[in-house]
Amino acid sequence: MSESRKAIALISGGLDSMLAAKVIMEQGIHVEGINFFTGFCVEGHTHAIRSKDRERPKRNNALWVAEQLGIKLHIVDVIEEYKDVLLNPKHGYGQNMNPCLDCKGFMVRKAHEWIQEHGFDFIITGEVVGQRPMSQRKDTMPVVARESGAGDRLLRPLCAKHLPPTLPEREGWVDRERLYDFSGRTRKPQMALAEQFGFRDWATHAGGCCFLTDKAYSDKLVDMWQHRASRDYTLDDIMLLKVGRHLRPRPHFKLIVARDEGEGRFLEGYRKQFTSLRTVSHGGPLVLIDGEVNEDDIELAARIAARYGQGRSAPAVELEVMPPDGESRRLAVEPLHPNDIDPAWHV
Amino acid sequence: MSETRELDARRLLCPLPVIRTQDAVADLPPGTRLRIRATDPGVKNDIPAWCRINGHTVESIEEAGDEIRITVIVGEG
Repeated sequence: MSESRKAIALISGGLDSMLAAKVIMEQGIHVEGINFFTGFCVEGHTHAIRSKDRERPKRNNALWVAEQLGIKLHIVDVIEEYKDVLLNPKHGYGQNMNPCLDCKGFMVRKAHEWIQEHGFDFIITGEVVGQRPMSQRKDTMPVVARESGAGDRLLRPLCAKHLPPTLPEREGWVDRERLYDFSGRTRKPQMALAEQFGFRDWATHAGGCCFLTDKAYSDKLVDMWQHRASRDYTLDDIMLLKVGRHLRPRPHFKLIVARDEGEGRFLEGYRKQFTSLRTVSHGGPLVLIDGEVNEDDIELAARIAARYGQGRSAPAVELEVMPPDGESRRLAVEPLHPNDIDPAWHV
Repeated sequence: MSETRELDARRLLCPLPVIRTQDAVADLPPGTRLRIRATDPGVKNDIPAWCRINGHTVESIEEAGDEIRITVIVGEG
């Protein structure tokens, strides 16, 4: 077995990819990690926004896993390239807006490009046959290998014994007998292997590692596309979908209402891109208006914004209206009565 | 005296400040100081973790209001 062979491991920050990398490291292979940032990664962009989250210890689990394994980690920004995966998934979406099979194929393809550029020999993932309904089935695993271009340079150490031998196994770079035959949704074999390796701590994401598997998030994304001329998006768009309370009182505009001080601070950074509302006569949240609005729309938005402030029971509330050009003005309105807020406005 | 570079990662949320740091460091020779300005508190953990696994040194972490300033000395990589 050659000591000089090198593998890149897709590291999500969860247990399976951590185990897969460790299994191969134990065979004397040089392993480095790679992590792709799509903009939708749970690991990413929201753990610092809400006030209630600011005091929690924060860590990026992919970095943490790499440190536990003692390997380098390459984090790759794929936000732009990922758009095509999300907007035009060849294999369709899962339960929500999650294009899991296309996503896995995309990441393996990017990893395959990376190994070719950097002189590595093969790719490792923590996939387990039967663990995920879309991307980790026995019939879809060959699809990922084929469509990514990685072919038999893609090795899944945790379930390799259920799959045909790959190039690293056939060439003797790794010993197939020391790979595993995990399958299904049970986590027991992974727990046992973690115990064997002495791993005591790892991240668990109930809904997977991607916001697109989350129904509330997917609903907001679909709402945004339905009310725009195109299905395109920017990183700001996808970050704002995670922040605040979203209400669409009219088809052509929606409001993003900060739910706490942390979100208000975050939304402050967008006041040059959106018309914003802030109550000045009472305490209240910062509100962004997303869409083209006329004076009647602004008044309705102000009445809704007033409803979410401390002056909600006052006869009138004064707000500052600031368009993106910064020419602010004051507007006094009667807060909207709770019964007048149509539940269907909540996105 | 070694060269000092600046990186503005304000308003970016993790892991983007780490990715920007990684990309900036890739073009810098060992010994260069990179001063990063950020606003996501996650950088206080993530940038030092990234430095530890990639052989770079965090010289200092300072906070001024909502801004976090981290100085990294580029290692051999």
